[in-house]
Amino acid sequence: MTTKLMGQPVQRTEDQRLLRGRGRYADDVAVSPGTLHCAVLRSPHAHARIVDIDVSGVLDVDGVHAVWTYDDLTGPMAEPLPLLIPHPALTEGRTQYALAKDRVNYVGEAIAFVVADDRYLAEDAVGRIEVAYDLLPPVVGIDAARAAEHLVHDDVPGNVAARMEQATGDVEAAMAKAPHTLTLDLTVERSACTPLEGRGTVARWDPDTDRLQVWTSTQTSTGVRAVVAAKLGLDLGQVDVVTPDVGGGFGVKINHPWPEELLVPLAARALGRTVKFTEDRREHFISSAHERGQVQHVEVGFDDDGRLLALDVRFWHDHGAYIPYGLIVPIITSTQLLGPYKPEVYRVVFESLYTNTVMVTPYRGAGRPQGCYAMERTMDAIAGFLGKDRTEVRAANFIQPDEFPYDQGLIFQDGRELEYDSGDYPAMLEKIKALVGWDDFPAYQQEMAAQGRRVGIGLACYVEGTGVGPYEGAHVHIETSGKVKVATGLTTQGQGHQTAFAQLVADTLGCRFEDVEVVTGDTRRMPYAVGTFASRAAVMSGSAIHLAALRAREKVLRIAADALEAAEDDLEINDGVVSVKGNPLDGGAVIDLGTVAVLSNPLRYAFDEKSRVATQFTVGDPGKPPVAEDDEPGLEGKDFYSPERSTFASGMHAVIVETDPDTAEISILKYAVVHDCGRLINPMIVEGQIHGGVAQGVGGALYERMAYDESGQLLNASFMDFLMPYVTEVPDGIDIDHLETPSPLNPLGIKGAGEAGVIPSAAVFASAISDAEGFALTAMPISPSDLFTLRQEHS
Amino acid sequence: MKPAPFRYHRPSTPAEACEALAAELRDGAGAKVLAGGQSLVPLLSMRLASPPALVDINHLDPAAGLAAIEIRPEGVHVGALVRHADLLASEEARLAQPLLAQALAHVAHPTIRNRGTSVGSIVHADSAAELPAVLALLGGSLDVGSVRGTRTVPAEELFVGPLESSLAPDELALGATFPALADGAGVAFAEVARRHGDYALVGVAALVSNDTVKAAYLSVSDVPTVIDLTDVPDDDLGEAALSRLDPIGDIHATADYRAQLVRVLTAKVVREARKAR
Ligand SMILES: Cc1cc2nc3c(=O)[nH]c(=O)nc-3n(C[C@H](O)[C@H](O)[C@H](O)COP(=O)(O)OP(=O)(O)OC[C@H]3O[C@@H](n4cnc5c(N)ncnc54)[C@H](O)[C@@H]3O)c2cc1C
Repeated sequence: MTTKLMGQPVQRTEDQRLLRGRGRYADDVAVSPGTLHCAVLRSPHAHARIVDIDVSGVLDVDGVHAVWTYDDLTGPMAEPLPLLIPHPALTEGRTQYALAKDRVNYVGEAIAFVVADDRYLAEDAVGRIEVAYDLLPPVVGIDAARAAEHLVHDDVPGNVAARMEQATGDVEAAMAKAPHTLTLDLTVERSACTPLEGRGTVARWDPDTDRLQVWTSTQTSTGVRAVVAAKLGLDLGQVDVVTPDVGGGFGVKINHPWPEELLVPLAARALGRTVKFTEDRREHFISSAHERGQVQHVEVGFDDDGRLLALDVRFWHDHGAYIPYGLIVPIITSTQLLGPYKPEVYRVVFESLYTNTVMVTPYRGAGRPQGCYAMERTMDAIAGFLGKDRTEVRAANFIQPDEFPYDQGLIFQDGRELEYDSGDYPAMLEKIKALVGWDDFPAYQQEMAAQGRRVGIGLACYVEGTGVGPYEGAHVHIETSGKVKVATGLTTQGQGHQTAFAQLVADTLGCRFEDVEVVTGDTRRMPYAVGTFASRAAVMSGSAIHLAALRAREKVLRIAADALEAAEDDLEINDGVVSVKGNPLDGGAVIDLGTVAVLSNPLRYAFDEKSRVATQFTVGDPGKPPVAEDDEPGLEGKDFYSPERSTFASGMHAVIVETDPDTAEISILKYAVVHDCGRLINPMIVEGQIHGGVAQGVGGALYERMAYDESGQLLNASFMDFLMPYVTEVPDGIDIDHLETPSPLNPLGIKGAGEAGVIPSAAVFASAISDAEGFALTAMPISPSDLFTLRQEHS
Repeated sequence: MKPAPFRYHRPSTPAEACEALAAELRDGAGAKVLAGGQSLVPLLSMRLASPPALVDINHLDPAAGLAAIEIRPEGVHVGALVRHADLLASEEARLAQPLLAQALAHVAHPTIRNRGTSVGSIVHADSAAELPAVLALLGGSLDVGSVRGTRTVPAEELFVGPLESSLAPDELALGATFPALADGAGVAFAEVARRHGDYALVGVAALVSNDTVKAAYLSVSDVPTVIDLTDVPDDDLGEAALSRLDPIGDIHATADYRAQLVRVLTAKVVREARKAR
């Protein structure tokens, strides 16, 4: 009997390739000498009118093939880029043009696009383009946006793109009745995904077949395909989009199309040459998306036990110069802020504001880190006010295990009710307390204080809606070799899909794990798909693959039953061989998957020995059509999975930090995570996701920020000054414990795990540092210099 | 992030390198020496510098001895092609002058130390870099050559401004001399950086001997600054140093925080250098 692979820590198959430098990324595609390369002239100003663009210095440069500015664009290409996710509350949605029309609204906005023999020449040419600007006053930061002394877009009053409010009851009445109230003013600064591979797009136009082939480093190849076709006036059937290996996405590559994703195909078609764009690091900082920046105002009413009677939150969300991805991030903040808690009444109001900075689209966690931070700072504040243990106040507010499904009474980012499917928060709290040594900590803290050392402990809890719809599909094809080819349309950025999905197929179909090959993000193989974001791949494609493999299995059993002259119910499939249950494999009648595949396809022509047995004279009943009316040739299964609503994963992090009394340096002594993503497909992969998330979270909490000056220049647009943590800055070890409360919403009981590790970081570090220092932090991230300043203010 | 066009010279002897530097200067704006490239190449790629020519010294004939570390009577002599990693790993150099390894452990990361040269770091004259401060504290010197001959530049005449050394545009640095640790003297190094291997927010090196206490500072002035702290009471060390320094604020730290680091680190390195005697 084949052992089930679900739940096993199977080694990641793809790592052999990726760790040996054999990954194939967008820049590795089309390295042939004839490929042309691009560079983009980007605005050096945060806010300006373009008076004139003079490209005459470029055109006669040897090796330069073409230059595009806005005036060269026609038809749909000359219209603004799409607003991908409209929302009724988004009344003032503005998006940029592929090339700036007459204004630039952030440093980095694309103005001209040069195609040349190589990138060096293209950059030389960019340097020769002359643009005359009429400078406008820039709006930088949330305070400036709210003050609205100047406007980013003349026709958007107050710089407000959207104002949205949700409430579960009369919050003012509830607040008035509450025995205690507190107010908190909090801020979270901007950061960004900063994948090590930036954006990249390659396109080849085939004039003989009138078809466009695009390779792009994206989180949604079907999305790119649809928009390229629409913008270039092509039918979907003329455009293939393939996503090669992707060196990290973390959200920034879900936004599409980036201007270059349209301009590269446009140039490829116009010039009849393969054209490539590979974004460089500086471009990534100033022209790909950022996230996180919010200012929050919380009012909370509670009783003597710390139970939330009224929670009233207002926040201001900085979405940068444009808003192509709609209100997804602030809606997630406003809804997921509640985490595992059930306030009696909750009201949230947010404004999404324009500023003259790089636009904001989801970054791993997508608004949840900010929501978790607001909620958990509030929990700590209540505990401090009441003199209670921080875990006690949290426990008093948990949704209880017997209350699921639990409807929070709000509408989530997908337009559906925010209804939690399952979870066990009290059990999780016990686990995290044990894992980090919560109850023993006060004694340790005293012991350290006696030696002149400062340590603090922090805790933060979150709930994460994962696996959002609308759907994902899968195609499972059993070859006559017995190999199983699986295609699903969403993309892979290193998550280990080849491994996890192959585990599912091996279990469901009964084939060998090694025989499964998974293809993702290739529109030629699976043209209907959504993408990889919102911790959805395992839930959505995992479920679809399971369903498609079940269909393939049904067909295998039907054909095998016929061949083995046995009843389908009596058959089993192990290691790719169908046999009668209970019969010894060596003695009894067996048939392997490859042979079943041969039999599934009645042939007219024999092309090899194996196919000879499947020709029309050898298979089938001569009295019936070779392919039955309700059947298809070939051994395939295809299915789609489309859930009612999201699944809700949850987790709790705890950290012990030490702060240096003299230098205010912050070091991490222990980091603990308890995580519940339903049933685990591969615990090692889930733990890898947690490790990566925690590392990224350490960056967000202690190191990374976008340092804009008041003129809108990004002062730290390099890895020298944008302090992504090195391995030396992340915890040496992360203690992890899992809890598995299966989701009732999908056949495998799984929930998403991709974003989780980063969600509670700002909250948990703020909690621990506050505990060490004896005053409450209200702004994150925090550097030693910031902490030193705070100490002076509090002394 | 691709360099602007430049001419490329690959000399095989120091004399040829000096010839190329002189010829480029005669014909125009002059060439830049390419050593480990760890500072120069990023500047070229970001087009913050676009010299018309580079003179790549990585292929000089080994017989010229520029890749050698020698322990000479006057100290540790480090050739222009000695990589940070070689110097850090040299047991002899560590024994002769322990401050070298103490400081080098803070220079960037292993991959960068594998390419970057210690002499290149000195010529680059970044006041946030460790080795210029070390050379200044120890009173070392730099041997330079050109078509006009060779000369030795003492450290105190070497660092003239931010990222500016007193070398002429056509001069090639041949090697640096770091004086050995005198009997009865002690040294120590400490810095605070945002991340391991980053340029320091503040760094301090100390040299304590029978009759002197001196400290050198990085990242708190335009050029590496050596301050004599002999006879300063222990409690006043930091303030005494601060009276000669000019910490400024930037996106990573406020001026006040840097001043605090000067206090904390000065006390620490003087204490440790005394202990090391
Ligand atoms: C990510 C990163 C982090 C770093 N962190 C640190 C750090 O913490 N501390 C630190 O000190 N350094 C740091 N560095 C810089 C590193 O130490 C460099 O190696 C060093 O500054 C220059 O040495 P190089 O051989 O690479 O010189 P190059 O980059 O080749 O040259 C630098 C300059 O010196 C000139 N030059 C070099 N050699 C000669 C010569 N023989 N004669 C005349 N002119 C010459 C060049 O013309 C050029 O102007 C870092 C670099 C990077 C990329």
